Amino acid sequence: MTEVSAGRVDAFADPGRKVIEVGGIEIGIFQFKGAFTAFENICPHLGGPVCQGLMLPRTVDDVTQDNVNLARSFSKTHHNVICPWHGMEFDISTGEHVTTKTLRLRKVPVRVEDGEVFVTVPDRKHQHVHAWFTGERQRPPRERGTSDRT
Amino acid sequence: MLERVAQPPTRELAEITTRTDTRDYLAHATKQARSYDDYEVIVDIDAHVSESRFWAEICTYIENDVLKQMAEGMMQGAKSGNALLNSASGISFQAVSGRIPHQQNNLEEVEPGAGHGFAQNMRRSMDAMGIDYQVVFPSGMLLLGMHPMHDVELHVSNAFNRWIIERIIPDEPRLLCLLYLPFHSPDLCVQLVEKYAHIPGVIGFSVSCVRNNPVYHPSYMKLYRAVEATGKPLVFHTAYNWTDPSFAQLNRFGAMHALSFSHYNLIHLTNWLFNGLPDRFPKLKVVWIEGGLAWIPYLMQRLDHEILMRPSEAPGLKRLPSEYIREMYFTSQPLERSNIRMLQATMETINAETQLLFASDWPHWDFDPPSAITTLPFLSDTAKRNILGLNAAKLFNLPVKRVRPRAEDVLASRGNLVS
Ligand code: FES
Repeated sequence: MTEVSAGRVDAFADPGRKVIEVGGIEIGIFQFKGAFTAFENICPHLGGPVCQGLMLPRTVDDVTQDNVNLARSFSKTHHNVICPWHGMEFDISTGEHVTTKTLRLRKVPVRVEDGEVFVTVPDRKHQHVHAWFTGERQRPPRERGTSDRT
Repeated sequence: MLERVAQPPTRELAEITTRTDTRDYLAHATKQARSYDDYEVIVDIDAHVSESRFWAEICTYIENDVLKQMAEGMMQGAKSGNALLNSASGISFQAVSGRIPHQQNNLEEVEPGAGHGFAQNMRRSMDAMGIDYQVVFPSGMLLLGMHPMHDVELHVSNAFNRWIIERIIPDEPRLLCLLYLPFHSPDLCVQLVEKYAHIPGVIGFSVSCVRNNPVYHPSYMKLYRAVEATGKPLVFHTAYNWTDPSFAQLNRFGAMHALSFSHYNLIHLTNWLFNGLPDRFPKLKVVWIEGGLAWIPYLMQRLDHEILMRPSEAPGLKRLPSEYIREMYFTSQPLERSNIRMLQATMETINAETQLLFASDWPHWDFDPPSAITTLPFLSDTAKRNILGLNAAKLFNLPVKRVRPRAEDVLASRGNLVS
């Protein structure tokens, strides 16, 4: 395993990201509300370059106390990266797909030291670029609601 | 053990946008292509042109003076647009509001002097995904079957066919055409079949499924006979239609899209079977394109169940509907992979090893690269090779000859080669 610098903290927007390639391994490094996360740039769906997609806040349903859905709105607490191949959305804080926890990005260790962001590059000759989602694992019970307020 | 070494060379990868070169967009597909680089031939039966990008150019091929003037008058000098078409812009939410750039638009640079821009776009997509041959369909034009002006389907489809055959294929002979038939006009369809059957690059004939023309109508029998006589397949390409009153109840594009694609295949295939067309045209090879695979076992079971109890309504059937369906051909995309065991059962049910044809649907938002097939754990090596190319080569009489570049060479050409 090799640790490399992904640049200075102040070079990252918040929310923001940088995608780097080191020795054939592609890694996306994200900042959201001052916290850093990093994931391999391989989408579990069909292997797309997930970390290079558009970033947007999570879309949530605005459900009232009476269970009426008035509209959709953007979350203030969750931010997603959207795979440019087919649009799967992953939470940049956890790497999880917004609908099912069985589908998640591969985490890469990341830390900040003296204002610099370091990631640990997986020690592999080739990055596994293929789909690995098969739907075989049981979907966990759904948490109640998806709104920020629940 | 964590190793702190001198910083190795790192390269920053940019956000993917509508301006990204197709080969960079699909670089991961090229890396995947290394795993099937030795396959004999890879054929993609369904890729698309977003014809609105080239609409002014396509309209110059309209042979009717009045419609041609109407198109020019509506375009007012613009190069892109959808003059004369019924694909209402604004009702297409395909790109999920810009989240999927390749569906949104293609603004990548092309090389001057290297052929038509569209031919270059598609060559890049074929090279990047490791595809030898690719059939090109239109996009918005797939709704022309619902156009109230039947002469528009007739003349616009003819213009599109000519554009592909005369302007695009000469610049990229790996592109192929399933001639769009203006199904509103059966007599003209027969004339087109006779005219184009021997033209290089035309490997069969297609009907857009989004329409309310029943396929059993007597006016189509001459057409089926004419296609059967060519030995080339008749393909039905489905699509969506959010203006249909049933689907207008669905308030999200994805909900409508999920149901609408299979709906039109279900209607036309059911009519095809209940009216005994397979035995009336026993040599006619029929292909059903798009809509995934999950709808097929559903239809097999439903129709077998009904026919057993009501055989007097389908006296032309000599066997169960599912038996006829197992002899038809289907394309793979969009492959429903969220439950691998159900997908395995589906593929076994439809005889995928001999009847399934790979389709990418590139550049649409739900495209599949060939790895959607090669990564299926239950398929044998033979089945993968058949589905990805050998079945199509046999059906469409294509050469089993590799013409695609090696994946490593494509990666190297973009600076993506890592030993
Ligand atoms: S590969 Fe990422 S959404 Fe399909």
